[in-house]
Amino acid sequence: MARSVVSRYGADTAFMTFVALLMAFLYVPIWVLIAFSFSSSRSLTWPIPGFTLDWYRKLFANEDLLTALGNSFYVAILSTLLSLVVGVAAAMALHRFHFPGKTLFRRLILLPITLPGIVTGISMLNMFSLFGMPLSLETVIFGHATALLGVVVTQVYARLQRIPRSLEEASGDLGATPLRTFLFVTLPNLRSAIIGAGLLSFVLSFDEIPVTFFLTGRDNTLPMYIYSTMRRGVTPEINAVGTLIVLASLVLIVLSVIATRDRSGAGR
Amino acid sequence: MTALRRNLSGALVLGIPLAWIVLFMLVPYGIIATYSFWIKAYPTFKPAFQFGNYVTLFTDPQYVQVLLRTLKISALVSAASLALAYPFAYWLVFRCRWQGVRTWLYMAVIAPLWVSYLLRAYIWKTILGTEGILNSFLMWAGLTDAPTDIFLYNQFAMILTLTYIFIPFMVMPIYTALERIPPNLTEASADLGMTPWQTFLKVTLPLSMPGIAAGFTLTFCLSFGDFIAPFLVGGPDGNLIASVIQTQFGSALNWPLGSALSIVMLVIVLSIVSLSDRLERNSTAGGA
Repeated sequence: MARSVVSRYGADTAFMTFVALLMAFLYVPIWVLIAFSFSSSRSLTWPIPGFTLDWYRKLFANEDLLTALGNSFYVAILSTLLSLVVGVAAAMALHRFHFPGKTLFRRLILLPITLPGIVTGISMLNMFSLFGMPLSLETVIFGHATALLGVVVTQVYARLQRIPRSLEEASGDLGATPLRTFLFVTLPNLRSAIIGAGLLSFVLSFDEIPVTFFLTGRDNTLPMYIYSTMRRGVTPEINAVGTLIVLASLVLIVLSVIATRDRSGAGR
Repeated sequence: MTALRRNLSGALVLGIPLAWIVLFMLVPYGIIATYSFWIKAYPTFKPAFQFGNYVTLFTDPQYVQVLLRTLKISALVSAASLALAYPFAYWLVFRCRWQGVRTWLYMAVIAPLWVSYLLRAYIWKTILGTEGILNSFLMWAGLTDAPTDIFLYNQFAMILTLTYIFIPFMVMPIYTALERIPPNLTEASADLGMTPWQTFLKVTLPLSMPGIAAGFTLTFCLSFGDFIAPFLVGGPDGNLIASVIQTQFGSALNWPLGSALSIVMLVIVLSIVSLSDRLERNSTAGGA
């Protein structure tokens, strides 16, 4: 008995050490990124000689970067909206209807989750150039929406399955048209799933490179701009952008936790 | 009237995503599939029907090597992620006694997904480089005299970086699978005299197989198609299949060969996905 208590204690200690190391592996690099964004030296070497806010000042004076940031917002907002419209419809179709080829339909729509972005990017690039469509931020938007569709469908479909069927049936029995039922019964129940999926799509689109790489014309999105800066070498300026992105992600994570919180409360 | 309207809304609900799939997935895939049989010709390419591009891919050692290397690296990334993710998820679900700690730690592992993927690759470039943070730290601490280049621009750096980036995709499905295991199963196993280790091998591990399969599929496919991390931290021998595709559509200007490579990638990803689908279905059928 005593031995099993000791071995259990030993196992717990081993597990906790492991978890602590894993957390260090995940988070020390992020703290390193943040710390060096304040470094007064141009090169990223230890020890940090002194602290400065110069790199942040440079960022806000960097016109190219600000334009890229604006482009990223434009692309992320529109592609999120598009993938939400198409994705919610697809999730409804999967949930509601039985039709020939449904398995194939589901597979295809979820494919971009596992399919490397480069294939989506290359194949759409070929199509656009075949049809003579010039590459622009709009072609990027179509690319992102296609790549993100699967994310929206998985989240919304999972929620649809948890809405009791009786709610929609009751609404129909009471004389509501399918559209009214959708607007006033289904949609409110999907609210938090849609917000969650929307936030995630927004972040993924904001961060996307492989599809953007092939589908953008002259305009750069923020990650594409950072990527092209990295080709020239590492500077604390990139760390400063990185730190701001980490901060923004943190805000979005908190938002999404708040938005999806009613999952356990009002959702049931 | 109502029936008509119902049909109309049904048609829209199915029609919009269907049109999207056809226009932005099937047509583009069809186009690259067609191009993959064409021939490179100055200045671009010309129509043909021949398997030359595929023959090149599977016989030219240059491409065979890249393909094998990509498979190896993706497999190692998945294995490393599994080795880190499984004990973590196991501890969270079965050993962690504090609900708050569990929620926070789970969130902490998933949260990096929201932080730019590009940055997470870039961080390792700055840490591992010859004039990087790790080297200067080691010299500062007096552990080494001169900077070493063993950290960056090799396959180890690539595997480390990709594991760092994709590990959340392994944790999520395994955690979900472990959480679904009814506690009375492991209790029953313990009551019947099994040691915790036996219980793990005979009950927990088999029941978590669908999660492992899903995690493996995701991490494997994602690292398989990556070209950013190889560019940032991979060395001269670090070309992966996606980097080669990128070159074919860029400086090499051989669209037919690049298309053939994309089709190979598409087929490999599709087979892995359907394989893991089957595995998942089998194990859920067996469990129920």
